[in-house]
Amino acid sequence: MKRRLINPKNVPLLATIGLFILMFGIGSATFPGFFSLQNFYYLLIDNAYLIIMAIGMTFVIISGGIDLSVGSLLALTTMMTSSMLEKGHFSPLVVIPLVLLMGLAFGTFQGYLIQTFNMAPFIVTLGGLYLARGLCYVVSIDTIAINHPFFKAVSQLQINVIGNNFISANVVIAMAIIIVGMYLAHYTNFGRTVYAIGGNEQSAVLMGLPVARTKIQIYALSSLFTTISGIAFTFYMRSGYALHGQGMEMDAIASVVIGGTLLTGGVGNVFGTVFGVLIFGTIQSYINFDGNLNAWWTRIVIGMLVFLFCLLQRVFEASRKKTKKGSQDSHPPRPVVAH
Amino acid sequence: MTKISLWKRFAGSKIIIPLVTLALLLLYNLIFTKNFFVVEIRDGHLYGNLIDILKGAAPIMLISIGLTLVIATKGIDISVGSVVAISAATVAFMIGGDLIMKNGVQVPYTKVPLYIAISMAIGVAIMAGIWNGMLVSRVGMQPIIATLILMVAGRGIAMMITKAQIITVYYEPFSFIGNGYWWGLPFSFFIVLFVLMATLLLVRKTAIGMFIESVGINPTATRFSGINAKNIIFWCYVFTSFCAGIAGVIYCSNVKSADGNNAGLLMELDAILAVVLGGTSLNGGKFYLIGSIIGALIIRTLTTSIWALGVPPELAQVVKAIVIFIVCIIQSEKFRLLVIGMFGRKEMAA
Amino acid sequence: MPERSPILEMKGINKYFPGVQALSNVDFSLYKGEVHAIMGQNGAGKSTLIKILTGVHKQDSGDILLGGRSIRPKSPLDAQRSGISTVYQEVNLCLNLTVAENIFIGRQPRKFGKIDWQRINRQAEELLFRKMNLKIDVTRELASYSVAIQQMVAIVRVLEMSAKILILDEPTSSLDENEVELLFKVIRKLRDDGLAIIFITHFLEQTYQIADRITILKNGELVGVHRTADLPRIELIAKMLGKELSEFSFSRNKECKEDAERTSKTADELLNIKALGRHGSIQPFDLKVKKGEVLGLAGLLGSGRTEMARLIFGIDKADQGEIQIMGHKVNINAPNNAIAFEIGFCPEDRKEEGIVADLSVRENIILALQGRNGVFKHIPVKKQNEIVESLINSLGIKTPSAEQEVRKLSGGNQQKVMLARWLAIQPQILILDEPTRGIDVGAKEEIMELVLNLSKEGMAVIFISSEFEEVVRCSNRIAILRDKAKIGELSGAEIDEQSIMRTIAGGKVG
Repeated sequence: MKRRLINPKNVPLLATIGLFILMFGIGSATFPGFFSLQNFYYLLIDNAYLIIMAIGMTFVIISGGIDLSVGSLLALTTMMTSSMLEKGHFSPLVVIPLVLLMGLAFGTFQGYLIQTFNMAPFIVTLGGLYLARGLCYVVSIDTIAINHPFFKAVSQLQINVIGNNFISANVVIAMAIIIVGMYLAHYTNFGRTVYAIGGNEQSAVLMGLPVARTKIQIYALSSLFTTISGIAFTFYMRSGYALHGQGMEMDAIASVVIGGTLLTGGVGNVFGTVFGVLIFGTIQSYINFDGNLNAWWTRIVIGMLVFLFCLLQRVFEASRKKTKKGSQDSHPPRPVVAH
Repeated sequence: MTKISLWKRFAGSKIIIPLVTLALLLLYNLIFTKNFFVVEIRDGHLYGNLIDILKGAAPIMLISIGLTLVIATKGIDISVGSVVAISAATVAFMIGGDLIMKNGVQVPYTKVPLYIAISMAIGVAIMAGIWNGMLVSRVGMQPIIATLILMVAGRGIAMMITKAQIITVYYEPFSFIGNGYWWGLPFSFFIVLFVLMATLLLVRKTAIGMFIESVGINPTATRFSGINAKNIIFWCYVFTSFCAGIAGVIYCSNVKSADGNNAGLLMELDAILAVVLGGTSLNGGKFYLIGSIIGALIIRTLTTSIWALGVPPELAQVVKAIVIFIVCIIQSEKFRLLVIGMFGRKEMAA
Repeated sequence: MPERSPILEMKGINKYFPGVQALSNVDFSLYKGEVHAIMGQNGAGKSTLIKILTGVHKQDSGDILLGGRSIRPKSPLDAQRSGISTVYQEVNLCLNLTVAENIFIGRQPRKFGKIDWQRINRQAEELLFRKMNLKIDVTRELASYSVAIQQMVAIVRVLEMSAKILILDEPTSSLDENEVELLFKVIRKLRDDGLAIIFITHFLEQTYQIADRITILKNGELVGVHRTADLPRIELIAKMLGKELSEFSFSRNKECKEDAERTSKTADELLNIKALGRHGSIQPFDLKVKKGEVLGLAGLLGSGRTEMARLIFGIDKADQGEIQIMGHKVNINAPNNAIAFEIGFCPEDRKEEGIVADLSVRENIILALQGRNGVFKHIPVKKQNEIVESLINSLGIKTPSAEQEVRKLSGGNQQKVMLARWLAIQPQILILDEPTRGIDVGAKEEIMELVLNLSKEGMAVIFISSEFEEVVRCSNRIAILRDKAKIGELSGAEIDEQSIMRTIAGGKVG
């Protein structure tokens, strides 16, 4: 049997990668110094935390849900980490597992509400957004700078990869999360159930998949990844602040959508999300290089890209619905009935 | 007979729960917060916590009026905060941030007449609403996705208008909108009152209210009855942005500046909460405008009460979160079944 | 064919739902290697029986024996585990996953703890070929294949889960002829391999093509079990309607007959439909409706009556043919177009498509009229109350007040509210889809009375009902449908139940 050159399933992913190459290309053509390995590494260094967060979000969106709490939870993570380190003088060995556990509990709680009471993910995680942000102020109103030697060391770590170009510890963490994310999505029952739920939740139940458990796990995973992202963010910023990560949930959602994941669920992948974040980063990097352009362009361009991807998906869906009726002659894959 | 049925209707209505909530909140303050209810006359107008609540709640009240209609159609609009920022930026930009002194005395200065600046701001907001409405009703996107786009891009647009600067508006007549008083009460409250009255008239004295509820309850049956559901939905989004536009003007006037990054931040969430507290279900259908107004007042009173406690006002968010969880759990089917299971079957007819 | 003991036995099944005895003392048996059709009209109890078998509902009394052992499935999943699997018309798979994954998800073969995709794909390919003679690319999304293929994938999945009994619930509804043939080939092969298959369909012809035996239900009671070969079509139809053939009357309402002759000569042609059709929904049909006549649409459940009504009312878009109203060609693309041409439509599914449950009786009645007036030509409350009061009185709607929420009314009264909604716009043509379904006898009588009165006043009524008796009583002319096509027309003196049944039993499709 012939295999197709390009699986139509992969078209959004290819579009995303193409878009990234195009944007990086435009940047390279416009500014000297844009096209360098180190600049690409900076892209990763500056956006590592967003990659981690967006991968968690990818699972949520593939399942047909949404998680608005991530930005606030990131802030709460930075607050708890910095406060425990600086005010409580705990060891990072205690602080980091504790914070991760907190994230896991936070997400499980949200998932439990969504699953048990059949509440809209949107409203539950909106509550989570308030809750996490509010709890930040319980910890402290002011910025807490982190001077703990371990955090200092990690944040200043430069790992040389290919020549004198370096990456940060956060990039290594992000890489690990990418691998974990891809493995979860493609090679575990959990991941496949996430896709099935996004495709048709009712069918997934009838097919005997553990839908209820998986739905809770999805939100737990998203929050866990967000706390990891928050720890990466403290390495990056070396401070805890209640206003960190404001609106970051939108950056994460936008990256996921630009990465080719359908907001209606069922379609998408982790790899695409990574490129979604890189596109996001490239736009920011481009604007930084230009100097004349202002930060608002990031938001407008991101908004436009989200719009474009959503529109494409609508067109995609509509054409699919059309071909479904009497599709036999118009659609390429024809069944061969052997006699 | 009519009196009894009126009372019954009132007691059985959805307004009662938010009203009691607000009353309890005020009662708490009466007992525990010193001078909460003290209203004095200062500089010729009323002054006190209650007046502050009215003033501070105005933008949320306005947005929740529009949002009530959108939510009634089973939609949602999460771009209202961004529209507030756009509107605030537009009006500030039109008036300009220049301070002109003549002979050491500040002279009121505006680049264009005030009414043009305000109309422009509201006009831009309406355009945003048209965009949202088109995406939802014509392109057929899910409301949360469609309005997400403007939520992301909107702040960028607001910053573009102000060139990422925080424009401080010195023009005195403009600040009257958000800070002025009429008969001792905040002027912005009268704007809310006017919009509320107009909306109530519009939805109850024309067929719009019925059509909106009908679309939210059963879109198929509504379409089969020959009603153009798409147009209804479209105008709900336009109207919401219109309300957000006015809210933006009030907000800008109140703080005398426009900051694309922070104006209207999280306002969409407050407004949604106000609507839900007011008794309108996120599943669409019956809507309660007055309830939403009370919901907005509850949120603001909550913030003020917490403020009075001496803890950071941001802590109100924790309380808000808990309120969201509780309200949504109560509204959920599962909870209803649970209650029915506990107290026997009360109302199984459906 | 039946030789040994049956693999499945359901004995004395009873099920009561509030207000209706859905099944009373029903027996059902199924053998290995047979295709067994369950037939019946609306409310016959087919779906309740299947739902008990698949664990959606629990029976009040009665036993289910699978291979001689008593079972009590608690959920569809539970039933599936004991070997009873269902493939629905709306395929219960995930369209976004690949063919192979749909077959194996939940039971994926693994290698070093991770899912072994190569093996999944290889096994899926092999299975589809061995069981279905089907060679397709299993790494494609399921959505990219036709419904027929999707159903076969669904069947392969349940076979893989070691199904002993396969229930096919309306599998052919959205398939074209070739696809049906393809599916039937598969079903025959599975039967010959020894699988026990329950087949549920509304297509008479297909039942005769594929089923070995037929169990007929009516109003929750078992009418009989027959070998397909021994049961003439007309008797099947008679039994589905719940009577013996001889019991059907030849006579009819005399007054109506005279009416029919009067109208057929004198009346104006209101509606003239030429070759209107829609692929996968209903084959092209011609239809004429005259002023002051009642046109009955007769046919069994699923024969295409509702599809016909939906096309006329603009809910579905026709892909061929045209509609003329009073001699002018018109475009009806949406319900509001149809309403502008003074057509009204009471849908069959009252709850989902008819009433707006949380609105009041008044609002429900006024809805279509206000919709036609538009948003701003608001009908004053006083006028509304006048209209509503007079309709409540003339239709005898029992409600404490016009402000009562319509969901609190009984089925019959909800139906009357629906009628009132359309009478309020005073349409020229009123389409009633099963207006007597699920309401008590008294209300049925009132509604039929109303239909006759309306036609006397000059309104044209298109009357759809599964009860031939009702159609015969009300109609001046009857269009007969079978298997998604109009197959004949009766008028005036020709109208009686026997003729309708003969037409359905004997008519050719298309």
